[in-house]
Amino acid sequence: MSPLKLKKGASSHSAYDLKTPFSDTVERHTLAVIVENEPGVLARVIGLFAGRGYNIESLTVAEIDHTGHLSRITIVTSGTPQIIQQIKSQLGRIITVHSVNDLTVEGPSVERELALLKVTGKGDQRIEAIRLADIFRASVVDSTLESFVFEITGTPEKIDAFADLMRPLGLQEVARTGVAALSRGPDAHV
Amino acid sequence: MTKAMTGAKMVVQALVDQGVEVVFGYPGGAVLPIYDEIFQQNQIKHVLVRHEQGAVHAAEGYARSTGKVGVALVTSGPGATNAVTGLTDALLDSIPILVLTGQVPTFMIGTDAFQEADTIGITRACTKHNWLVKETDKLGQTLHEAFHVATSGRPGPVLIDIPKDVQFATGKYAQKTQMETHYQPQVKGDLDAIKELALAMATAKRPVFYTGGGVVNSGTAASQLLRELVEATNFPITSTLMGLGAYPASGENWLGMLGMHGLYEANMAMHDCDLMINIGARFDDRITGRLDAFSPKSKKAHIDIDASSINKVIHVDIPILGDVAHVLEDLLKVWKANGRKTDKEGLSKWWDQINEWKKVDCLSFKQEGKIIKPQYALQRLEALTKKYDRYITTEVGQHQMWAAQYLGFEDPNRWMTSGGLGTMGYGHPASIGVQMAHPDALVINIAGEASWLMNMQELGTSMQYRLNTKQFILNNERLGMVRQWQELLHGERYSSSWSESLPDFVKLAEAFGAKGIQCHDPDALDDAIMEMITYDGPVLFDCLVEKHENCFPMIPSGKPHNEMLLGDADTKGAIKAGGAVLV
Repeated sequence: MSPLKLKKGASSHSAYDLKTPFSDTVERHTLAVIVENEPGVLARVIGLFAGRGYNIESLTVAEIDHTGHLSRITIVTSGTPQIIQQIKSQLGRIITVHSVNDLTVEGPSVERELALLKVTGKGDQRIEAIRLADIFRASVVDSTLESFVFEITGTPEKIDAFADLMRPLGLQEVARTGVAALSRGPDAHV
Repeated sequence: MTKAMTGAKMVVQALVDQGVEVVFGYPGGAVLPIYDEIFQQNQIKHVLVRHEQGAVHAAEGYARSTGKVGVALVTSGPGATNAVTGLTDALLDSIPILVLTGQVPTFMIGTDAFQEADTIGITRACTKHNWLVKETDKLGQTLHEAFHVATSGRPGPVLIDIPKDVQFATGKYAQKTQMETHYQPQVKGDLDAIKELALAMATAKRPVFYTGGGVVNSGTAASQLLRELVEATNFPITSTLMGLGAYPASGENWLGMLGMHGLYEANMAMHDCDLMINIGARFDDRITGRLDAFSPKSKKAHIDIDASSINKVIHVDIPILGDVAHVLEDLLKVWKANGRKTDKEGLSKWWDQINEWKKVDCLSFKQEGKIIKPQYALQRLEALTKKYDRYITTEVGQHQMWAAQYLGFEDPNRWMTSGGLGTMGYGHPASIGVQMAHPDALVINIAGEASWLMNMQELGTSMQYRLNTKQFILNNERLGMVRQWQELLHGERYSSSWSESLPDFVKLAEAFGAKGIQCHDPDALDDAIMEMITYDGPVLFDCLVEKHENCFPMIPSGKPHNEMLLGDADTKGAIKAGGAVLV
């Protein structure tokens, strides 16, 4: 009578590690999240990512509307399409989140990041550093006889490339802001 | 119009304005001003529990049985941390409750003050939303918003942390009508998706309704519409543990509960259907079993108010975001306007198949000898209490699953159980909350002896408020479900799953001033149950049952629906090492 048909050692599956029918290609998405600027809102967003095991590649946050007390959080995250959808739905569930926009899929967008890099060196190294900075349109915001602090703005890839070039020339320290992003064109998300 | 009053007074005023009648709580230093206000009024009744966890579960029971917000009031620090389990329970089962916690004064926050805990930080992950109110002027607005958030969209627990100086200070009270919020979840479903579902219903040969707690949460109108839809279409219907009662157990199309310990016919129908209509359920792992073998041949529709529940673990073909009652109303309209079409011939064959499955009679058991089988105890309890105005709560474990299998629920809000979190210790305080809401009803908590001991102190609460709750313990002197799993997949090594040194439950009841009844004889069971029902006061019923009974049917870990175990004979080697990681 039993419908159970068991092959010896057949299944090693558990509901917790079973493959879902979803695609498993990992995609990188940039999300613009408009939130009420109340104490703890960032903790809610970060707690969501930590609690559910989602990735944060970069995160920036600042108040953008001082009278309306609204902040914009730009999150770069990665995951399968299903995970990305979950992240957006879960973010949308937070009461103090006003809107969630996926800049990666909602039309073209621009992404910029700012970085400060401290490079120390003398002689040819120093000349090479400033020559490369010129090519990358990085500006010098501080200088001593043996050091520069460069300011560079661009896509994260551009900053990566510049930092890689500076490394053999005496790169000491890097500070990066994380990505800020906006959709192209006249439509606004706030 | 804003009135000036103290923060403590505002709390009571807002509760009155929101129609709250009962608050479950426990006083302490940081909530004394609020307790002082409660003392000086008669509109709200306060129930003093014996442990803060009890207050939150009682609020859950109250909420679940009334559809209203349950309210709990506890102090800072340990009061708040003791509320965490109840909050998490309410979050997973989408129960609207408001927990008010006292906090140390604002100027002492962050100094590791006496009874200070970061309540907002601790409860952020186990509430739908929480607030720390640092200005008395904002307290009224926050209280009203809290009720709005708890009940709108997918319901859930909310918490307001109120520092003691904010309770003492005077501020402007914002009326309920002045509440401002941007939180307005969508309730109407997308009409195109609803039309697509109506079309799928017209041609489906093997459809099944798979309903969940969302139907109950959506209100009695949703249950009414569901019944109308089932009757009009003649589709079979099954439900999750949380959704029992939305469709009556006596209904002709009822297949019984589905899932890990669900009925054979319900799970087979889920596996073989060609159209699955999920209404307010969430494809929980207790329901789906092995995901890649879950209902492989079906088109799936999913009605849910929470976007994050849709496509979370199971890909659905027709997602409908909205409130169950609103969507069902539109669905019925569209389906009727289309000419009430179903594939009658296909349906007839489908019912033939289902009736074949029903013949398996998966809940059959043999009551023989002088030991009470737990199934028999519940069968008799069902027979003897069915005609009463009855509410059932449960603890967690085998008894809970047997209760879901052997008891029938004719209406929503009659069945209070910890589904998502599986909280042992839930049922007793929940039964107190239910009895407070329905003083004349027969409220029975079906328990195991181990679960019941987790919140046994609340018997004092029942005594103090003359609540006639009936605690029906199926006592097998084991952590039955743990024991069952150890038998099936840990080589019968029963590690710590004995209930050693149990109290004498009859004497325990008497120590509280309640009535204790013990029964071990199947022939004496009916009389004992009747004695429990008719006794005017709280009863602790110690029903000594077969110690090694396992709960069947059962879908073993990592198995699909069509590989159910129906009885002990099926269990040898049924769960492999990989399945053992599943709890």
